[in-house]
Amino acid sequence: MVLRVLIGWHFLYEGVVKILNPNWSAYPYLMDSDGFLTGFFHWLANDPGLLAISNYINVFGLTLIGLGLILGCFSRLASIGGILFLLLYYLSHPPFIGAEYMMPTEGSYLWVDKNLIEIGALMVLVYFPTSHIIGLDRYINKFLTRNKQ
Amino acid sequence: MLPEDKTQSQEENNKKINPSSKKKNNEESALPESQGRRDALKALATVPVLGALAYGVYKKKKYDKTLKDVSDVFSLSKDTATIAPLQPGGKQIRLGIIGCGIRGKQLLRGLGFATPDYLQGLIDSSKKDSKDTRYDEFRQQEDLNVVLTGVYDIFDTFAEEGGTAGANIHREGVSGKAGTAPKRYRHYKEMLQADDIDAVVIATPDHWHSTMAMEAAKAGKHVYVEKPLSWTVPETYMVRDIIRQTGVVFQLGHQGRQVDSYHKAKEILDKNLLGPVTLIEVCTNRNDPNGAWVYDIHPTANPQTIDWKQFEGDPERIKEYMDYMTSHNLVKYVGPDARDKFSLERFFRWRCWWDYSTGLSGDLLTHEYDAINQLMGVGIPHSATSSGGIYFFKDGRTVPDVLQTTFEFPDKNLTLLYSATLASARDRGKVIMGHDASMEVGDTLTVKIDGWSTRYKEKIEQGIIKPNVPFYTYVPGKSDVDAITSATELYFAQRGLLYSYLGGKRYDTTFLHLREWLECIRNRDLKPSCDIDAAFDEAIAAHMGTRAYLEGRTMYWDKDKEEIVRGEIA
Repeated sequence: MVLRVLIGWHFLYEGVVKILNPNWSAYPYLMDSDGFLTGFFHWLANDPGLLAISNYINVFGLTLIGLGLILGCFSRLASIGGILFLLLYYLSHPPFIGAEYMMPTEGSYLWVDKNLIEIGALMVLVYFPTSHIIGLDRYINKFLTRNKQ
Repeated sequence: MLPEDKTQSQEENNKKINPSSKKKNNEESALPESQGRRDALKALATVPVLGALAYGVYKKKKYDKTLKDVSDVFSLSKDTATIAPLQPGGKQIRLGIIGCGIRGKQLLRGLGFATPDYLQGLIDSSKKDSKDTRYDEFRQQEDLNVVLTGVYDIFDTFAEEGGTAGANIHREGVSGKAGTAPKRYRHYKEMLQADDIDAVVIATPDHWHSTMAMEAAKAGKHVYVEKPLSWTVPETYMVRDIIRQTGVVFQLGHQGRQVDSYHKAKEILDKNLLGPVTLIEVCTNRNDPNGAWVYDIHPTANPQTIDWKQFEGDPERIKEYMDYMTSHNLVKYVGPDARDKFSLERFFRWRCWWDYSTGLSGDLLTHEYDAINQLMGVGIPHSATSSGGIYFFKDGRTVPDVLQTTFEFPDKNLTLLYSATLASARDRGKVIMGHDASMEVGDTLTVKIDGWSTRYKEKIEQGIIKPNVPFYTYVPGKSDVDAITSATELYFAQRGLLYSYLGGKRYDTTFLHLREWLECIRNRDLKPSCDIDAAFDEAIAAHMGTRAYLEGRTMYWDKDKEEIVRGEIA
């Protein structure tokens, strides 16, 4: 439960910060991409329509995942969503040998970075969903099982 | 553990046991209210976390707001430069190009004309590298509603290239369909007599600029001439008079006038946010043969394909040049080759010899000076001193490869220092130093507050402003430089001479500068940004710097007589 709330906080705040800053765009982050999927991320950044969609999905995705994890509401779905987001962040800036980024990092990484670790943590949450005990899923689950019956 | 404690903890244990036993009871008796309450508690247990986050966000916003509240001492408009659409129904302008060398071909591309060979190179390159979008960008470059009807160059290959570029109206590669080829003229005066030419673009060596601009104006053609305005001092006055008298639309080729970040820089200076500015440092740093004017010698060049007689220059100009050099004991800077001796080096690398060139002063100092004149309206300096030498490129050139020129503006209480070397590419921006803040300007702009500032003293003391770290940064458009940019191009980009961003779109500054000139021809109420007065300031400042270097003494400007006055050697 503690792990879920901590990760949820991280996601929610990342989302809220972007909502509060109307000028925020994923553009510089996407353009900073390196590695074997660079082309894909640059393509997203350079198409104004796709960039707008990416920005929208990112901001509200982060917020909803954060809320889901903290409240324990559809938290398995939120965890899987979180894993997908983190996987994209990881792949856009893979900490491979020779990769250099403008985006500041506070530590030193080789192959494994904090995105990957957070992915691992979310996987734990997918397999051990604590929200059924503490969280709104307690109700949602009951509601769903009742409906099934 | 004391006995009292023991009893207490036992009691607690009992308490702890009790609820669970109660729970059991509850479950057994299945009391709905109690179960519901527990469920609700467990389901909503983490909701207070949201409250904590909301509180945190509120506190952080409040903190950020106090930190950023500098609007009372530093406030800028949110304005960004925009590009006005071409005037509707504007007439097509028929152009002639005088000089189709490196710069001439760049200018033609700015006008929308590129040789099929050049474009084929871009097409091939874009096929190899999907990130290379130069061909697409050129195809999308706005049609300026111009037609190239005349081409003049004294080197056959360059003239032919100008012709194929002018005919390549569909902007295609080698297999494309060409339009009508412009007429090639063997003499520029012939071109100026043509009825099907409204305006000319002049991109010849420096020693021809003013002569051709004057002849063109006299023939009623509008003029876009590359910098610097003039090669000799006397012709500088003549060309100003003739442009004024004829009233043709004149633009000097300082494309730096179109740089987006300069608009923001001007706003900062106009609002006095830097405080009194006492020192400005501008620089040129290059470190490659191309940057030092050692251009390639074309394989097809020889005495048969080059009209050397015309290269020599206008006899009147040569006389002015020789009069100055001989009367001030500067003959060592003339030549060393005879003017009538054919030389491929001198033809392609003419910038290396005073016989055709204005050196660092005319070629590169002028860009920097014009930028400052644009931002601050400094005008012609009161005095100029120079020093330098040929310290690296000992290839027979007569112009220096290292030059320092100091311009004094006592009525403005400031010094403009120009410092250049062609043998080190260390990046030094244009730095404008004020009592309250300093500003570095290139294609980006950075303001740093001074630790000893009066204007910002209170904010510094309150910890709201941190001195000597970037305080305000303006980055128009995207910050990355194309991977395919060459070293020289990169230099220009950093100096703000290559691209500008208007309305979020990237533009070539040369294109913008030409476009502005053409729009002024179509609507005579508009004024070009680098007009003859700005050009006169530029040329005189450069000549003062050059003369100070050549003669080794300070040059003064007599404002009333409009004359360069020599300082005495102490």
